[in-house]
Amino acid sequence: MTAATIFGTPESLTDRVTHYCPGCTHGIIHRLVAESLDELGLRETTVGIAPVGCAVLAYHYFACDFQEAPHGRAPALATGAKRARPDLTVFTYQGDGDLASIGTAELIHAANRGEKFTIIFVNNAIYGMTGGQMAPTTMPGQVTSTSPAGRDVDQVGYPLRVAELIATLRTPSYVERVSVHTPHHIINAKRAVRQAFEYQKAGRCFSLVEVLSTCPTNWGLTPLESLKWVEETMLPYYPLGLKKSPDDEV
Amino acid sequence: MAKKLMKGNEAIGEAAVQAGCRHYFAYPITPQTEVAEYLVRRMPEVDGVFLQAESEVAASNMLFGASAAGVRTFTSSSSPGISLMAESISYIAGAQLPVVYVNIMRGGPGLGGILPAQSDYFQATKGGGHGDYHLLVLAPSTVQEAVDHVILAFELAEKYRNPVMVLGDGMIGQMMEPVQFPAEAVTEPPDRPWATVGMKNRPQNLIRSLFLNADELEANNLELRAKYDLMERDEVRFEFYHADEEMDVMVVAYGTMARIAKTAIDALRADGVKVGLVRPISLYPFPKRAVREAAGRAKAVLVVELSTGQMVEDVEWAAPEGVPIHFFGKVGGNIPPPEDISEEISKVLGGKATPRGLYGRVEEAS
Amino acid sequence: MTLDVMFAGFGGQGIMLIGQMVAYAGMGEGKQVSWLPSYGPEMRGGTAYCSVVVSDNPIGSPVNRNPSCCVVMNRPSLEKFAPKVKKGGLLVVNSSLIPVTSEREDIDELLVPCNDLAMELGTAKAANMVVLGAFVGRTQVVKLESLDLLVEKQFAKKPKFIPLNKEALRVGIERGKAEAS
Repeated sequence: MTAATIFGTPESLTDRVTHYCPGCTHGIIHRLVAESLDELGLRETTVGIAPVGCAVLAYHYFACDFQEAPHGRAPALATGAKRARPDLTVFTYQGDGDLASIGTAELIHAANRGEKFTIIFVNNAIYGMTGGQMAPTTMPGQVTSTSPAGRDVDQVGYPLRVAELIATLRTPSYVERVSVHTPHHIINAKRAVRQAFEYQKAGRCFSLVEVLSTCPTNWGLTPLESLKWVEETMLPYYPLGLKKSPDDEV
Repeated sequence: MAKKLMKGNEAIGEAAVQAGCRHYFAYPITPQTEVAEYLVRRMPEVDGVFLQAESEVAASNMLFGASAAGVRTFTSSSSPGISLMAESISYIAGAQLPVVYVNIMRGGPGLGGILPAQSDYFQATKGGGHGDYHLLVLAPSTVQEAVDHVILAFELAEKYRNPVMVLGDGMIGQMMEPVQFPAEAVTEPPDRPWATVGMKNRPQNLIRSLFLNADELEANNLELRAKYDLMERDEVRFEFYHADEEMDVMVVAYGTMARIAKTAIDALRADGVKVGLVRPISLYPFPKRAVREAAGRAKAVLVVELSTGQMVEDVEWAAPEGVPIHFFGKVGGNIPPPEDISEEISKVLGGKATPRGLYGRVEEAS
Repeated sequence: MTLDVMFAGFGGQGIMLIGQMVAYAGMGEGKQVSWLPSYGPEMRGGTAYCSVVVSDNPIGSPVNRNPSCCVVMNRPSLEKFAPKVKKGGLLVVNSSLIPVTSEREDIDELLVPCNDLAMELGTAKAANMVVLGAFVGRTQVVKLESLDLLVEKQFAKKPKFIPLNKEALRVGIERGKAEAS
């Protein structure tokens, strides 16, 4: 009698051990993307675009073709790739420094043009790779290396709600915010990520899934405390849920 | 195909189509916007893609994505726009992607003006973006040459997996001249086994300029250097205009300035003055040996540019010791008529001009 | 043979068009040609000018400090360009709109009431064809048949204007020839 495999590595992931810190949820989000590509049979037609940030090496972990973009420009590369070959499945995987700060122009205009690719936006309220600096998504009062007294909203404004921002655009798109801090939320996040790729597969619309993520290292918290911080600090400011659907009336 | 009278910018657009390019991403900027206005109508006729980007930053990164996905692609811009593209040009050079840039130069620095200039020579040939890389740079002197250079640029970009720039100016872009396109347009797609087109039954294709390991980055840098060495051996292009004989004054000029200099030289030669021209066509690789060899036949060298002196540094570097090097430049969009150049040549002949004094050349020459 | 000419006037007078017609006609007759427009802010200000070179040899500079010919359609153009015409060169003046002359005695100055002549044919819009005719009649730089072909092409979608424009060219050419000094 042979044992049936009931849980394994998705085909769209490599065996490589990631460089992400203990307690970081990048690994979970990678997996949700990979499972979705597998289930929809998209792996062989997929091109991923890596950001500058902690996920800069994402191309080591995904078993598909990849391009590595300049900081913030992934949506422009994705536009070029998708316009060049509309049959490809193109996704960008970007953090909040990359997407919500230096890359806002590329993000907004790709969304507004209705480019038919998918953005996986990982929001952990801080710059991870450079060592914990303030991001546009950093919470009010949150201490970072460039906001040592805590984010002062009088000086630098309030955190940017990217999903809501993009949802205001009139061009039809799919925008949802999810989280991966509990198994229940992970299951829901999977549904959203898969939905985004389904819309792309159908050639339907631009899609963006904002995923609330953790950064225990730069938050100065344990992995468990980090999950709790997402629940208690981020969720009230960054409400989860569907922000925009291509079925909405224009 | 019969000759057509075309504006430089429109001819550049058509040349790209003839070279098999079907993907154009750009942002409007004077004095080259007619390239976009031409291609927005032309691309649909050949099932091509025209996309107006939100900025030059985005346009150049769209080239990155499209080129990495295996298609011929190009953009056109003018000086300030090229500055915005400099970031991605560096990435594209590092990632070894074939991309063609057309820079129809205007005066700078800053917003500068919109009239013709040659003040982006340094930016085009010496860098512009960060890191150890070179663009291959071609400088057309006529609208026909702009067409030929765009077509050649696509070939060279493919051959070297390197960005290539066609460096013109507002005069080349705005002028109408007769042009002839090749009898047969390029139609077959480029052969790019390294492109990111979906990983099916093969290892991953990865387009990147990131190499965190010192040895890996060094290897990539050396790979680039090896390409530049090949370019310096095989892709040097120049024209001698009466420069293969003894000269009292040898003029060095490229692009627009070279054709204006030719008119001045014709007039002086009709009066028996021994004057010739070396016209660099490839600005990188710079025709060092040609300049050195020709300068050896000259009593003096006069470099003429629409700048305050950029290419002249390469000429100084290339010319043999002892030959006095003079410079004449006009900037701001002022185009010197041939008469101005004739007068400058006459000054050099009459000993009324002061040569540039770098490297002690003045002392050695006197 | 190399002939360079500057056409100047204000926007809407069809200056760029007649410059291009000379270039097209020259190309059609196997000559080397270049056409260089003014561009940029000065375009918005209302003046328009272009330089055309027609030559048997490859063209070096598309502009000269002192053009051998200049065609001016309004007074600011006369004031700006008349002093620059090369000694012994040609200046064609639209005397309908320019009540003065260059007062130069070292050039051939041809006064043509282009707007009035065009009005006699039915519309002042054809003034550019009259002045083009006068310039070509004087210089013989291109053939009338070449210009006729271009008129037919230019007005292919409005054929009723073809005879009028051809007539305007002829009226101009007569002036160019008749008043040659």
